[in-house]
Amino acid sequence: MTAEAASRSPVTALFEWIGRHGLNVFEDVGKFFYILHTTIYWTFRRPFDAREWVRQMVRVGVDSIPIVGLTAMFTGMVMALQTYRGFARFHAEGFVASVVSLSLTRELAPVLASLMIAGRIGSSLAAELGTMRVTEQIDALYAMATEPIQYLVVPRVGATTLMLPPLVAIANGLGIWGGYVIAVGLMGANPMMYWDRTFQYLDLNDVFSGLIKAAVFGLILSVTGCAKGFFTTGGAEGVGRATTSAVVMGSVVILVSDFFLTKILF
Amino acid sequence: MANTRGNDRRVERDGLGPAIAVIDVWKSFGDREVLRGINLEVSRGESLVIVGQSGAGKSVLLKHLIGLIPPDKGHIIIDGEDLTNSDSARCLEIRRKFGMSFQEGALFDSMDVFGNIAFPLRHPATMSEDKIAARVHQCLALVHLEGTETKATSELSGGMRRRVGFARAIAHQPQILLFDEPNTGLDPITSGVIDSVIVEMREHLDVTMVTITHDMKSAFRIADRIAMLRNGRIIAEASPEAFRSLADPYIQKFLAGEPVEEEVA
Repeated sequence: MTAEAASRSPVTALFEWIGRHGLNVFEDVGKFFYILHTTIYWTFRRPFDAREWVRQMVRVGVDSIPIVGLTAMFTGMVMALQTYRGFARFHAEGFVASVVSLSLTRELAPVLASLMIAGRIGSSLAAELGTMRVTEQIDALYAMATEPIQYLVVPRVGATTLMLPPLVAIANGLGIWGGYVIAVGLMGANPMMYWDRTFQYLDLNDVFSGLIKAAVFGLILSVTGCAKGFFTTGGAEGVGRATTSAVVMGSVVILVSDFFLTKILF
Repeated sequence: MANTRGNDRRVERDGLGPAIAVIDVWKSFGDREVLRGINLEVSRGESLVIVGQSGAGKSVLLKHLIGLIPPDKGHIIIDGEDLTNSDSARCLEIRRKFGMSFQEGALFDSMDVFGNIAFPLRHPATMSEDKIAARVHQCLALVHLEGTETKATSELSGGMRRRVGFARAIAHQPQILLFDEPNTGLDPITSGVIDSVIVEMREHLDVTMVTITHDMKSAFRIADRIAMLRNGRIIAEASPEAFRSLADPYIQKFLAGEPVEEEVA
């Protein structure tokens, strides 16, 4: 510790710490909204790189089906297992199917799928763009009169936002199926009744609000990943930092915005 | 400031102003002043080499020329048009006059060599794929890398990466070529090859060139005029022959590769 730092009072040091971290938060928020607004601006300008959009949609959507499907299926299975045991205490096993389907479509599938995609795609967007930044590939794009936001960020953010709802729809189906397998196969529930109860209290609105949530989470996690990558500084270490913070920040923002979205949508 | 202009290799086109004019450009990053009142002109067809120590502000100056970094104060005039006062669409148009080769090549690693060189021809897509292929072959021939079209950029050596970077920079037939430290990190033989490729490109293409380097051997090989940047200021401009005989003790030490006690002006 330097003499200057040692002589500083703890109160001053505390305020400095708060100030520094406060400024960092403002900086992050500023970068997020800069990337968000420039992305929206460039999305509706020519040229449209359809091939790149499809490539990114495959990367975000198709390639994520196994991990999202597996997560949803086991969540459905564990939900059925837990609720069946719990509900059996007051003879309400018949409602297991409704609880599984409602909690999956309204909450668990969108949030868990988005968190998995934040880990899988948010991190890779930050690492990819961050590496391009530190190796001057982004400068090279500017130098070739190509707008990097339009060329790199727009298809990635667009593909993630578009692909999250179908992924969540798949997650809904597999999760419900997982619950069915456990309840019927392991716990001995009546298959016909289980199937009936799955849809009895399920509204289309429940499914749609889950899908809308998914699209918003997709937008948040991709913009966060791109913003972290786009403004990376400090070589390989900086890329590592950007990747970690893309996942952490993306996940936290998803969880916080989940509360507010639920408040608005339901 | 030493200023010995003029050189027999320098080509001037009558009636036209300089290709690039830098007028009193200042730039700071935080408290650090990197450029402190740069004034510089580059004539059409001229090859200007800007030399200076690491951290002297060379790369920052080069990035100002193409509008990658905006100046805090001052003007960058390209072909008579003020880059600093242009809107983003006009900036993009002005930038198309440039081809830039980056320090480590800055090749897109998601593409092969062909994809990299074809990039400026495909964005915007104004040429047919056949014409693009022909142009890519032509550019690769110019940098002596025929037959490498399908190679991944990760398979290339340092020298080859630079040359593919050159080919990409010249693909869209720019009027001005910028080279950012083309020899850094290369062995003397490869470095010589890079210099001769630059000289050849100069002979075959009708371009203005600005190169930044700290390698004086390379500077003498490719320059019509050398400018010395120190502490954010141009301290000398001269033809290569005149540059060698400049009396400034700092320049003499720089040429001899001797340590110098860095003064902070």
